[in-house]
Amino acid sequence: MTQNVLADGRARFGALVNPTSVVFLALAGVILVGWALVAVDGGQFLTMETVVGVQQRSAALGIVAVGQTLAILAGSLDLSVAYLISLASLVAAVTMAGQDSNIVLAVGAVMGVSALVGLVNGLMISKLRVHAFIATLGISLIIKGILGDLYDGPAGRVPESFQHLGYDRLGPVPVSALLWAAVALVAWFLLRRTKYGYRVYAVGGDVEVARLSGIRTDRVIIITHVLCSLCAGIAGLLLASRLGAGAPTVGTDGGYDLESIAAVVLGGAALAGGRGGVAGTVGGVLLLAVLDSVFNQLEVNSFFKDVVRGVVIVVAVAVYARRTGLIGRRRT
Amino acid sequence: MKRALPILAVLAVLLAAIAIVNPFFLEPAGFLSFVRRAAPLVILAAGQYLVIVSGEFDLSVGSLVTVEVVVAARLIDGDEAATWPVLALLIVLGLFVGLVNGAVTTLLRVPSFITTLGMMLVLSGAVFLWTGGAPRGALSQAFRMFGRQTGWAVLTLVVVAVAAVLLMRANFGRTLIAIGDNERAAALSGVRVTRVRLIAFTLSGVSAAVAGILLGGFAGVSAQVGQGLEFQAITAVVLGGVVLGGGRGTVIAAMAGALTLEALFTLLNLYGVSGALKFTVQGVVLIAAVAAGAIRLPFLDAPKVKGDAHAVS
Repeated sequence: MTQNVLADGRARFGALVNPTSVVFLALAGVILVGWALVAVDGGQFLTMETVVGVQQRSAALGIVAVGQTLAILAGSLDLSVAYLISLASLVAAVTMAGQDSNIVLAVGAVMGVSALVGLVNGLMISKLRVHAFIATLGISLIIKGILGDLYDGPAGRVPESFQHLGYDRLGPVPVSALLWAAVALVAWFLLRRTKYGYRVYAVGGDVEVARLSGIRTDRVIIITHVLCSLCAGIAGLLLASRLGAGAPTVGTDGGYDLESIAAVVLGGAALAGGRGGVAGTVGGVLLLAVLDSVFNQLEVNSFFKDVVRGVVIVVAVAVYARRTGLIGRRRT
Repeated sequence: MKRALPILAVLAVLLAAIAIVNPFFLEPAGFLSFVRRAAPLVILAAGQYLVIVSGEFDLSVGSLVTVEVVVAARLIDGDEAATWPVLALLIVLGLFVGLVNGAVTTLLRVPSFITTLGMMLVLSGAVFLWTGGAPRGALSQAFRMFGRQTGWAVLTLVVVAVAAVLLMRANFGRTLIAIGDNERAAALSGVRVTRVRLIAFTLSGVSAAVAGILLGGFAGVSAQVGQGLEFQAITAVVLGGVVLGGGRGTVIAAMAGALTLEALFTLLNLYGVSGALKFTVQGVVLIAAVAAGAIRLPFLDAPKVKGDAHAVS
């Protein structure tokens, strides 16, 4: 009996300090504090406008971060997403050229280009044994050069019908947020309910052990990078529909490469791979967006936002490092 | 030294190719002005090497360079007398930032990628919060001398290079490589891992300060002066054959990697390759260099690697 209670208590304690719960607790905390601060400031925080704004703001980053989650869980990472997003937005807008009839073709082209980039990333990392950091940095330099050579500014045109994706909403939920939710659900399903998902965790935990247990690790890494790049492509489509055109700087201006990695680790995933999940990432992205929204309402200087953001990311990861140290075995 | 050979060979080929197109390059003045242009990146690469070889990253050096230049401009504001105190302050600032990076990484056990990414956000936010969004003030003539006059820049570079080589030959260097190779083994054999890593991060911060001082003189004050330098420095180090994850590679090769990168840019300019496409070439070269190194290893270098691992541990 007592033992049961003890075990029960320990399990509950474990659930509380599991990083995913921590990030949602932190999210709730930030919303409360933000609400209080904005109320003191004489404003209203939980309005329709803010709720929609938070979702709008976080959708693009959220989609990229879901893809980045897969890459990081597999013990890899993808620095090329920012330039891929720019590339995707341009491919979309240039192919559409303002014609409704070209939308399907454009979406197909974006998915094709993204999958190709992901395939190249994955092949370099798994077959050529290039460190993921270097491989994806190299690819992003290559895309950067091509974009800079071909385009000086915004190009192409997105037809009005496609812009619904960026701006419409159903009640309080924007279509872009639904798209994000769909992407997150698919990723969650892949990770939790398919063999592929278990293999991702295995490869991220220890690639050599995974290989020795019969997992074709190269294939897992390649698929993961294709999926990650597809997510970046979807984010590029979303941004193109918002801008009404493709832009060579839309990905880098948003800082989607490092920011998506930050959101993933904020959500409790281990940068070394094998630990974390989509739910945590969604929490991490929302946390960043709510922080942003609070600062906007308080009209805080945008540079101060960067400072706070940097501190929050480091502190969060430091907290997770402590927690895993307390519960699990201390890693040296 | 043997490990530095491939990159030195590539560097020699690139320098020869530049000299063929542009004979002025063979004269001391022409060559030294190339070295002056390369000096900041070479110094950054030396600092980044220390961190990478111990198995970590430093992504904050780019924004640290910007911070150094902007802080210098605001504090000096054209006042010649302020030059030397501000120079000292800049070095201390670099040292402090590196120390914080190291402390958070080692004591709080935050992966250095995240620590230095956070530091990058904090630094670039803080400095423009302080100056109100855009760089203000001006550098003094005495300050700009370091980056502008070839003699000073080359002298600074030589001092840093010699110091880095001596440091890597001393006990510190050997323990640093041992930590990158196998942290636990190093700790068990009595290395104070935390302290050695702290010093590596601190020195990386100092190298960013020195690079910032040179760049401020060379390129002037702007908000973009350090943009992307962290990735260029990492590229340079990796080009030199240093392995991400630590334990392999020499500081000479890392610095040669930086010179190679700069020589590549010079060559592309000479051949009239558009500004943007140079990134594409950089990306291809980076991947090719690392892939070539990784593929060759199992067939040719396997016994050598084993011997090395022994020597290190």
